[in-house]
Amino acid sequence: MGATDYIMQMFLVLAVIALIFLVIFQISKASEYVGVLKGAKESRKQTNKVNGFLMLAFMVIGLFGVWYCNKILAPKTQMFNGGPASEQGLKVDSMLMTTLAITGVVFVFTQVLLFWFAFKYQEKEGKKVYFFAHSTKLELLWTVVPAIFLTVLVVIGLRNWFSFTSEAPANALQVEITGKQFGWIFRYAGKDGEFGKKYYRMIDAADNSLGLIWKDTIVNRSNGEPQQLKDDKYTHDDIVVEQTMYAIKGRPVKLIINSRDVIHDVGLTHFRMKMDAVPGMPTTLWFTPIYTTNEMKERTNNPNFQYEISCDQMCGNGHYSMKGVVEVVTQAEYDVWAAKQKPKYLSVFPPAEAPKTDTTKAGIAKN
Amino acid sequence: MITEAVLHNHDVRGHDVHSEDHHEHHHHETFISKYVFSMDHKMIAKQFLITGMVWAIVGGLMSVLFRLQLGYPNESFPWLEDLLGKWWAEKGHITPQAYYALVTTHGTVLVFFVLTAGLSGTFANFLIPLQIGARDMASPFMNMLSYWFFFLAGVVMMCSIFVENGPFSGGWTAYPPLSALGDASPGSKTGMDLWLTSMSLFIISSLLGGLNYIATVLNMRTKGMSMTRLPLTIWALFFTAVLGVLSFPVLLSGCVLLIFDRNFGTSFYLSDLFVNGVGALPNEGGSAILFQHLFWFLGHPEVYIILLPAMGMVSEILSVNSRKPIFGYMAMVGSLFAIAILAFLVWAHHMFVTGLNPFLGSVFVLLTLLIAVPSAIKVFNWLTTLWKGSIRFTPAMMFAIGFVSLFISGGLTGIWLGNSALDIHLHDTYFVVAHFHIVMGVASMFGMFAGIYHWFPKMYGKYLNNTLGYIHFWATIVGAYLIFWPMHYQGLAGMPRRYYDFSNWESFKDSASINAFLSTIAMIVFMVQLLFLFNFFYSIFKGRKVTTKNPWESNTLEWTTPINPGHGNWPGEIPEVHRWAYDYGKDGKEFIPQDVPLGHDESQH
Ligand code: HEM
Ligand SMILES: [Cu+2]
Ligand SMILES: [Cu+2]
Repeated sequence: MGATDYIMQMFLVLAVIALIFLVIFQISKASEYVGVLKGAKESRKQTNKVNGFLMLAFMVIGLFGVWYCNKILAPKTQMFNGGPASEQGLKVDSMLMTTLAITGVVFVFTQVLLFWFAFKYQEKEGKKVYFFAHSTKLELLWTVVPAIFLTVLVVIGLRNWFSFTSEAPANALQVEITGKQFGWIFRYAGKDGEFGKKYYRMIDAADNSLGLIWKDTIVNRSNGEPQQLKDDKYTHDDIVVEQTMYAIKGRPVKLIINSRDVIHDVGLTHFRMKMDAVPGMPTTLWFTPIYTTNEMKERTNNPNFQYEISCDQMCGNGHYSMKGVVEVVTQAEYDVWAAKQKPKYLSVFPPAEAPKTDTTKAGIAKN
Repeated sequence: MITEAVLHNHDVRGHDVHSEDHHEHHHHETFISKYVFSMDHKMIAKQFLITGMVWAIVGGLMSVLFRLQLGYPNESFPWLEDLLGKWWAEKGHITPQAYYALVTTHGTVLVFFVLTAGLSGTFANFLIPLQIGARDMASPFMNMLSYWFFFLAGVVMMCSIFVENGPFSGGWTAYPPLSALGDASPGSKTGMDLWLTSMSLFIISSLLGGLNYIATVLNMRTKGMSMTRLPLTIWALFFTAVLGVLSFPVLLSGCVLLIFDRNFGTSFYLSDLFVNGVGALPNEGGSAILFQHLFWFLGHPEVYIILLPAMGMVSEILSVNSRKPIFGYMAMVGSLFAIAILAFLVWAHHMFVTGLNPFLGSVFVLLTLLIAVPSAIKVFNWLTTLWKGSIRFTPAMMFAIGFVSLFISGGLTGIWLGNSALDIHLHDTYFVVAHFHIVMGVASMFGMFAGIYHWFPKMYGKYLNNTLGYIHFWATIVGAYLIFWPMHYQGLAGMPRRYYDFSNWESFKDSASINAFLSTIAMIVFMVQLLFLFNFFYSIFKGRKVTTKNPWESNTLEWTTPINPGHGNWPGEIPEVHRWAYDYGKDGKEFIPQDVPLGHDESQH
């Protein structure tokens, strides 16, 4: 399409909009004149009738719309597209349904009353209003009844809340996850089962993305004082990977969450879990996956299915692209994967060189 | 100042309508002192209203632009680049930086400039003196300052759109470290300095206004106007002002600390940071979460600052047009009071997934869900007000009914979000976007529209065109539900908010496919608002003239003033009040204004 065509088209659109405006305006103006001729009372009678009817129509069509919207969109929601993929998620979804049932009934009840009353009690000639200013009984009724239902919801909610935020079971697989603009870094403790220490001043974007203290180093604090960091041997077998983490079906997994720069958020919608990644303040969450990624591919009928980690906290211009993946596998598959992983330390300090680098601050290392 | 205003009624239009105030005569009033640096609360109200409308158009247009990106991510609009330049729309696509700048400015502007200043600035100024029977505000001068600080805040915000790296782009909640580090996001450079300056000016404006509203309501009520005879509008505006005065200073302190961290090397919010391309930062020991506490300590009351004036006006309008007293006046005041108190005790429900102590979280769940009780009382009282009434569907009444519908819809989803275990799943998804747009954004807009349609005759001595009003109402309520209802489902599909593009996400792209529909409706609804604006400005000049003092047959005092009241409001004595504002349909009488003395045989209620 040429540039002039394009401009012509724009003008056409604007002209059509202007025309519609003009027509609406003329009609409105005309009906105002008619209203003046008829007199205030007479014209009010007519607009009352029309709008009263529309109130009723809006209610009926609106409720139908709610049903229709649910029909076409509910299958796309997490609840019905594959269902929850963690034990915690099952509880979340059941709580969600209970909440939906209670609020849904209140929604229909109050909206129907609202629009029905609007229609039913529109002004009619000769009808007197009912001077009804106050009734303690009624007011007590709609204080107490909502309070009861809310108590039920709070009880369900807090039971889940305390269970979700409790300490992870002892057998949980521990994975450290660190957010940075704009991606995720995962760390496994390696053979020794302990995460080595890290310090943000040790970070080196290329080789040491987490700032592991894997050699003796002196760093300068902000007040200018040098600070000695001691090589932490536990770091030497830590596994560091980007993009994809592995978890095991049926085994709780505990995430230890960090951020390197701004606040991010580990969003695990399929597992119904979420926790902010706050710089300077580690957080945790845990859950128990109940389906492997492959099983979810079948459940969702989507061969491309992935458990995606979405960053759920605004973290900069690349926020929308900050994606990670959780690969849920069986124990056997996990073992195969884990056996293939090499500690990061070894790739940065290949064994031949390692001792040399290690001795840079030998004096400190000895004490 | 006030006495002068009493003696000299100098409203120009007052004369050509030939209302009853002939006895006073002109007095040196210049264009500047009448329209610009006016100290008449009614003029200041109009200034707030029209400035708010300008910002509503700006903020609305921004949403049209970013909805264009969300709805049609793969389409190119070359005219956008011609219009806005490369920074905003390269190759006809809104850029990510522009998207986030637009979303952030949209949120800030609508929450603070439109629904805070535009709403309570307008109606607190206009209605408080008129409905309590006062000549003006306690301090007309502070009132004028309040407007001009707001105006300045707007100028600074507007400037921020044109600086090199664009306006602030870290979301209206401005969480540090993102908002503190220019190196982490270009929008956090000059744009953020201007954002903070603008917000600080805005807070000063709110405080000046709020203190004035409180002082006026407490001290300047006319004879007989006891607190329990106040119309609910005034109660609501009063609580709104109290909320603002107690919470805005906390935001200011949060902003000041942020300014320190940005410019003077402190570490209130910063600790252990490594920024790409810069390296490790010196800051240690700060808490990023501290800002969130300060922000939401204002932020949650702020949402009620936005909502309460709408609730107050809706209560008044529902009663007037049902020709029936508001049901449960004392319960309405009590629930406003409860909401105002609870508003200060629930802020951490925005922070359930920040690593908050779980026990503390549970306390906030309890307090949050407690708010649903006074909310429920209000809804049922409104419903009972309609019951067995004699409803006149003025455009104001339509919007008031629409408000109740939206408040129900959005309030109920609050119960989902307030329950922390569910909020883990729903936090920062489109479910939250749906919740707050319905309950706060659209509902309060409806309250504002209701107020404008209802009090326009008092403001300008003209009527708005009714037919345009009805079209405006129906198109807006249908459109608003069409846009925001499906967003609940997007949220339940896990779609995160503040995403520029969903096409790379296997989990979300299916649900994102309805975005084109939502965006189209959003554009239509935006145009319908232009229709309203046209109606507004056209009617100021060419609208049908008001010929009776009390066109809605209402009880409150503002309708006892001349059709075009001058500075000082009542040409003679201020009327004395003898009853509450809601004697509609009492003893077979249509309505009994507040200044009518009690009859001998009048029944007690
Ligand atoms: C029944 C009453 C309500 C409850 C229980 C409630 C609860 C909540 C909760 C828990 C959140 C946080 C959700 C999240 O970020 O994950 C939230 C968000 C929000 N609510 Fe409500 N709410 C209620 C009514 C209202 C009202 C009346 C308004 C405004 C007039 C409002 C405005 C907002 C806004 C603006 C946000 C989002 C802020 C943001 O993150 O940008 N809510 N609400
Ligand atoms: Cu992010
Ligand atoms: Cu809140």
